[in-house]
Amino acid sequence: MEICKTASAGTLESSDCLVTVEPGNGISLELSSSVMNQYGRQIKATVLETLQRLGVENAAVTVVDKGALDCTLKARVECAVFRSCDASAENIPWGGIVR
Amino acid sequence: MIKRPKPERFRLRRTMMFMNAQKPGLIKDAYIYGCDSIMLDLEDAVAENQKDAARFSLYHALTTIDYGSTEVIVRINGLDTPHWQEDIRVCVAGGADGIRIAKCESAQDVRTVEAAVEAAEKEFGVEVGRTLLMAALESPKGILNAYEICSASDRMFGVAISGGDFRKCMQTTFQPDGVDMLAARGQMLLAARAAGIQCFDTVFTDLDDDAGFEAEVRQNKAMGFDGKSLINPKQIRLVHQVFTPTEKEVRQAEKIVRAIEEQAKLGIGVFTVDGKMLDIAFVPGAKRTLKLAKACGMYEGDLV
Amino acid sequence: MKNAVGREIPDFLLVDGKEVYQGKQYMDGKYIQKVGPRTRRYETPQETKVVASLVDALKLCGARDGMTFSFHHALRNGDFVANMVMKAAIEEMGLKDLTIAATSLGDANDPIADYIEQGKVIGIQTSGIRGRMGEVVSAGKLKTPAIIRSHGGRPRAIEAGEVHIDIAFVAAPTSDCVGNCRGIGGKSNCGSLGYAITDSRFADYVVVVTDCLVDFPNFPASVEAIDVDAVVVVDSIGNPKKIASAAARISQNPRDLMMAENVAKVIASTPYFKDGFVFQTGVGGPSLAANLFLEKYMDERNIQMGLAVGGICKPMVELLKKGKVRAAVDVQDFDLDAVNSINQTPGHFEMSASQYANPANKGAFVNKLDFVVLAALEIDTDFNVNVLTGSDGVLRGAPGGHPDTAAGSKVCIIVTPLIRGRMATVCEKVVTVTTPGDCVDVLVTDYGIAVNPLRPDLVECLDKAGIPHVSIESLKDKAYSLVGRPDDLQWEDQVVAVLEARDGTILDVVRKVKPLEL
Repeated sequence: MEICKTASAGTLESSDCLVTVEPGNGISLELSSSVMNQYGRQIKATVLETLQRLGVENAAVTVVDKGALDCTLKARVECAVFRSCDASAENIPWGGIVR
Repeated sequence: MIKRPKPERFRLRRTMMFMNAQKPGLIKDAYIYGCDSIMLDLEDAVAENQKDAARFSLYHALTTIDYGSTEVIVRINGLDTPHWQEDIRVCVAGGADGIRIAKCESAQDVRTVEAAVEAAEKEFGVEVGRTLLMAALESPKGILNAYEICSASDRMFGVAISGGDFRKCMQTTFQPDGVDMLAARGQMLLAARAAGIQCFDTVFTDLDDDAGFEAEVRQNKAMGFDGKSLINPKQIRLVHQVFTPTEKEVRQAEKIVRAIEEQAKLGIGVFTVDGKMLDIAFVPGAKRTLKLAKACGMYEGDLV
Repeated sequence: MKNAVGREIPDFLLVDGKEVYQGKQYMDGKYIQKVGPRTRRYETPQETKVVASLVDALKLCGARDGMTFSFHHALRNGDFVANMVMKAAIEEMGLKDLTIAATSLGDANDPIADYIEQGKVIGIQTSGIRGRMGEVVSAGKLKTPAIIRSHGGRPRAIEAGEVHIDIAFVAAPTSDCVGNCRGIGGKSNCGSLGYAITDSRFADYVVVVTDCLVDFPNFPASVEAIDVDAVVVVDSIGNPKKIASAAARISQNPRDLMMAENVAKVIASTPYFKDGFVFQTGVGGPSLAANLFLEKYMDERNIQMGLAVGGICKPMVELLKKGKVRAAVDVQDFDLDAVNSINQTPGHFEMSASQYANPANKGAFVNKLDFVVLAALEIDTDFNVNVLTGSDGVLRGAPGGHPDTAAGSKVCIIVTPLIRGRMATVCEKVVTVTTPGDCVDVLVTDYGIAVNPLRPDLVECLDKAGIPHVSIESLKDKAYSLVGRPDDLQWEDQVVAVLEARDGTILDVVRKVKPLEL
């Protein structure tokens, strides 16, 4: 998927995260997390995997994590990416690239 | 991915607890409180501009979190919104046990949802007929059409009244004795029983009014409801308590089931237990009591 | 050298007779040589001890570089006094190389972090450290490792001379002109002054700082004039709103309530739950809520609590007033209801920190506890508890009375949610051991209850009462299945804090955290 415009999803509440995607060259990731020392690596891996699954090759991604579980991280990244393409409202490929 | 077992159309549903599908901290383990069903809400709890985000959250919650034997129902947005079709797709794809149709007013509403559910089941390779339905009646029209709604589909397991909207339509407000919704509750119960499906009462919203809540739950039980929608886990315990059969009821039910099974073997149709005339028609009621007792930890036998 | 909880203690700390932790009650029966302070004689009758300023008081006490100043934390997050004193000593008098020996340090002491960064404060000894202080110490900016002791370990160390207090500063809601102090009757009331009492008796000099000078004699006094050198009157010793909150409310959080109910069930299943039982609970959500459910069981069995110990707050005061608790001994008050009750409600008494929890005296109140209900930041599969370091390795907590009450009680119950956000509370190895697992008996979480295998008697009680329980390993597995297995923290060699067990042996050390590089 191509990141067409800046979009974000999520909140800064505990157990959630705020993901912002912007058009970019290649993938860049800016990550801050309340559980950085123990889960930073895993969060990074989850975010990058999700982007790869969605076929996002160019994006500047910012994740502000407040202790979100992996399932929440994925949901927020996916929603931000679909929003950036104005494609988040219907015909989501559930079980396809969203899984 | 978590694969949930095939939903049971008729199971114990004393408590159905609403949870905002958009709140990760809430939905991650809502089952720990021991409610019978969780109601993940895409409708009123989710702001209009977060409907999309809520579906992504919901999808991953449904496919990642092991809710165990707790039933997982999703309340979808009304048929008068642009959201309900995608809501249905995500519910089916994620493997929700059932869908609660908000603001249901006619059998046609049920059939409309059913068609979309079936289409989604085919799209996502889910067994056709797996996804159950229930309807929320929120208007006088819904109440008047209760019977046609209750009997509109084989997927329908139950019907619930939604007090907030209904009271507004009726130009009344909450009354401690329940008189505001007496007729509607009665009509809905009649329809549900006539159609052979379950019936659930509305939420009680004043979390500080313990006495009022208990009175309403007791009235629910006396009127014949199967259970109640809840807004807070702390309400679960009382509903389970009230809907728990008494020790005497359990022993009586046990006696009835045993006696009927024994007599049936001997070919006897009608007989007496403790001076009461009984026949096979008493079995479902007695078994229901035992099932309830088992769920409440009061009965450990093998009759149900 | 490895200690009894499996922690490697660096040899450079094991000097002057310091030993590693050997297990609970290791020091039982041994002797302690108490030290006495060197104090000035005031034979000429004094009209008043009031001096004009903190600087005057410091001068009177011969304040100089390298001294140790002590503070108590009864004013909690509202305290102004520690900051005022350090400011006077460092900014007005130009003192340096100072050590702070506090009963606890919190967010209120953030300004002192600057003095650590400037190298003016070189030592910290405390029972709790939070906020910016915790951050700068964790970042290795304090010259010597901070020493963390429990509320009972601290008076033990003072009495044994392991901490020598040059000047004790006593923040006092009321004092008379010669230094009789009470925690009530003024405008910044805190109730009990229990944490100040040992310091006032073992410091070379004692300075009372008050914002409400009252008529002589201010009796019954918590800190007595016979120990006081000077009294300083300031505009305000603290922010009353942060000293004692409005009534501590019992949590309405359904998760807390569910856990609290299970705590009460566990308590009621043991033989120690009988008339006259002795009880302490923390003020955290689920711990405090346990009071509510316990009351129901007490009514059902028609029994009373003999004694409530500890930090006291409204729910306990209410039980006292209702006659369901016969007495309360109180080292600290958490809300206005408790502040207004101490020494007023019959049966509500003040106690000193030593009386409360010191393992080296002849019988502290914690040794009479039947039950204590405590929280945890982390608990591992050996039941070791961490209440000091965050899961990121940064100092942000307080052992407080945790290790003391756990060791003294017959049943120590830890109550905590299984996970907080993405942090597994139940884990493989806690970051820092603050309470050793051999003192912890039962763990109650929102996902189930686990009993320490060291307590087969309690396993039997729970089984008899039909209370389901699981192994702590299975709870840890459940937690990791939800949040993923955490990566191990990366540490540098520098030791930033030493954690003393209550008996004075070394339980653990905290090192400087190496930040994660992605």
